[in-house]
Amino acid sequence: MLDLLAQLGRSGLAALERLGRGHLLLLGMIRGLPSLAVRPRLLTAQIYNIGVLSVLIITVSGLFVGMVLGLQGYYVLSQFGAAESLGVMVAASLVRELGPVVTALLVAGRAGSALTAEIGLMKATEQLSGLEMMAVDPVKRILTPRFLGGLIAMPVLAAMFSAVGVLGGYFVGVGLLGVDDGAFWSQMQAKIDLHEDVVNGVIKSLVFGLVVTWIALFQGYDAVPTSEGVSRATTRAVVHSALAVLALDFVLTALMFGD
Amino acid sequence: MSRLRLIEIAVGAFMVAGFVALFFLAMKVSNLGVASVTDGYQLIARFDNVGSLKVRAPVTMAGVRVGRVEDIRFDKDTYEAVVSLRIDPRYDTIPADTFANIFTAGLLGEQYIGLAPGGSDELLADGDTLDYTQSALVLEQMIGQFLFSKAEEGAK
Repeated sequence: MLDLLAQLGRSGLAALERLGRGHLLLLGMIRGLPSLAVRPRLLTAQIYNIGVLSVLIITVSGLFVGMVLGLQGYYVLSQFGAAESLGVMVAASLVRELGPVVTALLVAGRAGSALTAEIGLMKATEQLSGLEMMAVDPVKRILTPRFLGGLIAMPVLAAMFSAVGVLGGYFVGVGLLGVDDGAFWSQMQAKIDLHEDVVNGVIKSLVFGLVVTWIALFQGYDAVPTSEGVSRATTRAVVHSALAVLALDFVLTALMFGD
Repeated sequence: MSRLRLIEIAVGAFMVAGFVALFFLAMKVSNLGVASVTDGYQLIARFDNVGSLKVRAPVTMAGVRVGRVEDIRFDKDTYEAVVSLRIDPRYDTIPADTFANIFTAGLLGEQYIGLAPGGSDELLADGDTLDYTQSALVLEQMIGQFLFSKAEEGAK
C-alpha cells in the first residue's frame, strides 16, 4: 500500500519534472533566437525540411478536404434550398478550423516525428554531448533553428491548405454540382471577414506551429538515449502534439469566436 | 548549382507561395477586395428596398442568368437603393418596359434580380434605367402584415 503511494508520488513528480524541463527548453530556445540572426542559413535549411518538403502532402490533403466539404455541404444545404451558401460553408470551415488544425496534425506526423527522431538519434549517438564538449550550445545551434523554422512554416502551410481547399470546394460545387459561380464567391466574400476569420486562422496556426515543434523537439531532446527510447519518443511526440493541437483549438476557438 | 543554393531557392518559392495563398484568402475569400464585373453593358434599377441583395448576385431572365449585380448604392435624395446591373452583351434585346423584381432563391437562399420582359419595341442600351421595379420581400414585414390582418379579422 505504501509502495503504491510512493509509486504514485514518484510518477507525479516525474511528470512535473518533465513539464518543467520542457518549459526551460522553450525558454532556452527563445533565448537562442537572436543568435540565429548571425547564421540565417541554419534557418533556411530547417524551413526547407519542415515547410517545403510538406507542401505536397498539405496541398493534396487541402484539395481533397475542400472537395469533400463541397460535396457534403452541397448535400445538406440543397435540402434547405440554400446551396448558394456553399462558398461560405467551405471557406469558413477551412479558414477557421480545418486549415490550421489539419495542417498542424499533418505537420506533426510528417515533420514533427522526423524532428524527434533526428534529435533523439543525435542524443543517442552522443552528438549533442560532443557539441557541448566543443563549447557549442546544442540548444542554440541545433534546436533553435528547427523551432523557428516550424514556427514560420506552419502558418504558411495552413494558408496554402485553406486556399487550395477553397479552390477544391469551388471545383466540386461550381464545376460539378452547378452552384452559381457568382453566388459562391459573393456569399463567401460577404460573410468571411478578413480580421475575424483569416487573421484569427493565422494566429491559430502560429500557436499550433509553436506547440507542435516544441513538443517534437522536447521529446527528442528528452528521449532515453537508446533505440527503443527514440522510437518511444517519436510516438509520444505525434500523440502529444495531436492531443495538444485539438485541445488548444477548442480553447482558441472559445477565445476568438466564443462571445 | 550547389545544393545549398537549391534549398534557398526552394525556401524562397515556399514563402512566396504562402504569401500568394494568404493574398488569395484576403482578396478573394474575405470581404477585402470585391472584384468587379467588367464585360457587358450597364443598366440601372432603383428599388425602395433591396433586402439582403449582394454585389455579384445573379440577374436572371426566365430563370437563366444574363448578368450580375455590379454595385449597390444609396441615393440620399430619393431615399432609394440604386443598383447597377452588368448584363452580358449577348442579351442586348431587353425591352424598355422590362420589370425588375428582387426574388429569393428558396426560403432561405440568396436574393437575386429577376427581369420580366415587357412588350415595348424600344430596347435598353448601356446606362439606361429600368423604370418598373419591385422591392425585395422582407419576410418579417409579411409576417407582420399577416398577423395584423388576422388581428383585424378577429376584432370584427
